Amino acid sequence: MPWIDACSRDDIDVEDLIRWDHAGQTFAIYRSPEGEFYATAGLCTHENVHLCDGLVMGHLIECPKHNGQFDYRTGEARRTPACVNLRTFPVKIEGDRVFVELA
Amino acid sequence: MGKRDYSLLGADGKRAVESGLTAAEWYHSDVPRKVMKDLMARSDGPAIRDTVTLCGCMILFAGIGITLWPSWWSAPFWLAYGVLYGSASDSRWHECGHGTAFKTPWMNNVVYEIASFMIMRNSATWRWSHARHHSETYLVGRDPEIAVMRPPEVAKLVLNFFGIMDVIAFFPRILSNAVSGPTAEERTYVPHNEWGKVQRVAIIHVATYGATVGLAVWMGSILPLMVIGLPRMYGAWHHVMTGLLQHGGLADNVIDHRLNSRTVYMNPISRFIYWNMNYHVEHHMFPMVPYHALPRLHEAIRDDLPPPNRSIAEAFREMWPAIRRQVLNEDYYVRRALPPTAKPYREDLHQYVPGVTQPGAAE
Repeated sequence: MPWIDACSRDDIDVEDLIRWDHAGQTFAIYRSPEGEFYATAGLCTHENVHLCDGLVMGHLIECPKHNGQFDYRTGEARRTPACVNLRTFPVKIEGDRVFVELA
Repeated sequence: MGKRDYSLLGADGKRAVESGLTAAEWYHSDVPRKVMKDLMARSDGPAIRDTVTLCGCMILFAGIGITLWPSWWSAPFWLAYGVLYGSASDSRWHECGHGTAFKTPWMNNVVYEIASFMIMRNSATWRWSHARHHSETYLVGRDPEIAVMRPPEVAKLVLNFFGIMDVIAFFPRILSNAVSGPTAEERTYVPHNEWGKVQRVAIIHVATYGATVGLAVWMGSILPLMVIGLPRMYGAWHHVMTGLLQHGGLADNVIDHRLNSRTVYMNPISRFIYWNMNYHVEHHMFPMVPYHALPRLHEAIRDDLPPPNRSIAEAFREMWPAIRRQVLNEDYYVRRALPPTAKPYREDLHQYVPGVTQPGAAE
């Protein structure tokens, strides 16, 4: 399972996310209100809309198109029209860098 | 293009999928992330204020109407009540369906269910039809909420100012939903796990209308129906007037909301009834911006949009002749000039997004 250097800690504001593309896949990396980092698949499971333009509210990410919501810590779908959970990926911090483990 | 097939099970819908139109990425004006986060921020305050105002006015007008009934002096109060019941319910259904009107989810859900009943829409099916409307706005054979199908049937558009076509369509459908759940077309966009809810909502609607009609028969008066049901007809004109302007006379089968949606400056009363959906290009481009932030969003991106119509009357002067031309030439549409500051209309299908199949990739 390779750990990939994805971004700097300071690239992501608290309670926000960024888009990260790697090896033909797209991801979303989050910084929670507590300052913890998380990573999920980048596209909403409802209709392939990228979550990077959505709003982070606490531990929820809201799809910018239809307001499907997910808990980005677990990937759980929390509001329709999102019904399928979001895939999540382990994250670790080394120094100033955020690493994502890709399966 | 020729004859359009608006059936969700028809040839045009199939063609839209095969051509990649349904998977295309839509144009968005550039808005700095921090500005957009601020615009998308939720708040309960504006919607609570507006909902209290709306309910207070409805109770006041209906109360006076009932008190003066059956005198003709009650008529102005019924007309005012009717617009709030039969038109403001449309915008409340819409905004609360998006989940953006209130910050608190249950407030959105409660207002959404009540407004759905008032506007005669099954809340469980229309939530999904509206999601499709936003994903595939005015894509023929895909969007279930195309208000002006081409060639337009002008008589039906006029009749709907009194809710006639909508009500005629509503009752057979809600009865069908109550008996057997979603129709075949509804099953193309409502997930299977929601079908039971479609039926339960329909049963509640049918039972409520049945009880109202029963009360009217028992009283020997249409008064109960003046309060519940009929205002969906005698008060529909405002939401039809504003609703037609959203996309009427503009392009279809495009992936740039500046081509298929219309922003119109309106008077404050219409904006209250319509909950700022007169900023319709902005709403479609960024649907998670709450209604109360749309004027600010408009200011942020107006240089990238066609000039808005300056009034409802001016917008009708643009739309209505276009609709009449579409009667004879259904391919006609109004293409508005962009200001020099705007980016060109998006004519290409896609920008690359990793993990998403590109149109034509399998060909």
